Amino acid sequence: MPRDELIRERDFALFAKKLLRRALLGAFWIGVWALIAAVVGLPKLLPGPAETARALVRLAGTGVFWQSVGMTLLRVALGYVCAVAAGALLAAGCWRFAWLDALLSPLRTVIRATPVSSFILLVWLWLKRSHVPVFISFLMVLPIIWTAAQEALSAVDGNLKEMADMYRFTVWKKLRYLYAPSVKPAFMAACMTGLGFAWKSGIAAEVIALTPDSVGKHLSDAKNYLEYPDLFAWTVTVILLSMALEAALKAVARKRREGKG
Amino acid sequence: MICLRQVSAGYPEKEVLKGLNLSLPDKGAVAVMAPSGYGKTTLLRVLAGLLPIQDGELTGLKDQKVSFLFQEDRLLPWLTAEKNVEIVSSPEKARFWLHEMEIEEMNQYPQAMSGGMQRRVALARAMAFGGDVLLLDEPFKGLDGALRARIASRIRGVFPLTVLSVHDQEEAALLGAAIIHLDQEKEERAWQR
Repeated sequence: MPRDELIRERDFALFAKKLLRRALLGAFWIGVWALIAAVVGLPKLLPGPAETARALVRLAGTGVFWQSVGMTLLRVALGYVCAVAAGALLAAGCWRFAWLDALLSPLRTVIRATPVSSFILLVWLWLKRSHVPVFISFLMVLPIIWTAAQEALSAVDGNLKEMADMYRFTVWKKLRYLYAPSVKPAFMAACMTGLGFAWKSGIAAEVIALTPDSVGKHLSDAKNYLEYPDLFAWTVTVILLSMALEAALKAVARKRREGKG
Repeated sequence: MICLRQVSAGYPEKEVLKGLNLSLPDKGAVAVMAPSGYGKTTLLRVLAGLLPIQDGELTGLKDQKVSFLFQEDRLLPWLTAEKNVEIVSSPEKARFWLHEMEIEEMNQYPQAMSGGMQRRVALARAMAFGGDVLLLDEPFKGLDGALRARIASRIRGVFPLTVLSVHDQEEAALLGAAIIHLDQEKEERAWQR
């Protein structure tokens, strides 16, 4: 058998093993959930996996479900992308100029220390309901990216910086071949962490601000009307989407890594 | 001629060179020898313009292009051997000097190379960068005898002036370098063996 085929077969076996292990783990926890639901015996208040799955299938058959999911994704993605860009710029600015760091670092501390619910309630008064989740996602991700990127820039190897100066690297060359690769691992890790924060805080903002056409609004409605199977179904949707987004970001990062050899 | 007059230089915690007087010729090779901690590397860093002098005067290096092989290899770990050299020169020059340094696998990353290979890639980079003055800080570190001699024969005479720091006279002889014992009390002239 050719070597490539052997490698492909080995990779497939490893992948199948990993998948099976995950499926077994998932099945175990779903079993625990089913057991607790059966013991409690109140499917309207604590629906089991079967009731939740039925509710999810029913919801997924409606256009409103997909519209809400799409709009929530769009809002969170917008806040997230803006935060990544702004965080990177602020990190570079604060790393380069000490006065800017001194000026802005208290702001970063305040953003980090303030509970997300306080921000949601504050901006709810100032912004349109549909803009609140965008702003909150932005605000929660910003300090994560900013801090990680600034710390990574400060940690760039001094010997390599000196080498770049000695060999007269242009600014562009320094950015491309020294700073970007040095900062990339910490930056990507922060992006991964930030994605979870953006998603959770964005939906929390939708719940509190009752943003129209949003997953958060449906969560809130399900709670208000005591439709707990729906509440569980929307929650499962949020979890599945969060996992899918994280997997997508990891795949993009892996592809870029592989592409660069 | 490169002249250092009463040059003092060092680091905040320690002044390494104190009132050093030294003259270096415009052409040839000069090897600086001294026990560890006497300031060989500090002197090369002063000549490279990486360490400002605290006192005294340095002349003769203005408008000169200086290439420096650091004591550490300082290769960019995310670039291949070829790219590490290409980044300071042209692709043709990079390949030429890697070939001269007997690096056959140019697509290897530094972490996959032996210490000796990394040293030769760093040497190839310093050579490919070109210029008027080549500064070599322990250039043959990690290279065995036969390879050392072959590499030395290829870098000898390429730059108008080569200044190197070495631990033994044999290494200096490989490059046909005049030897300066880093004695800070009196002025040494490089061309006086």
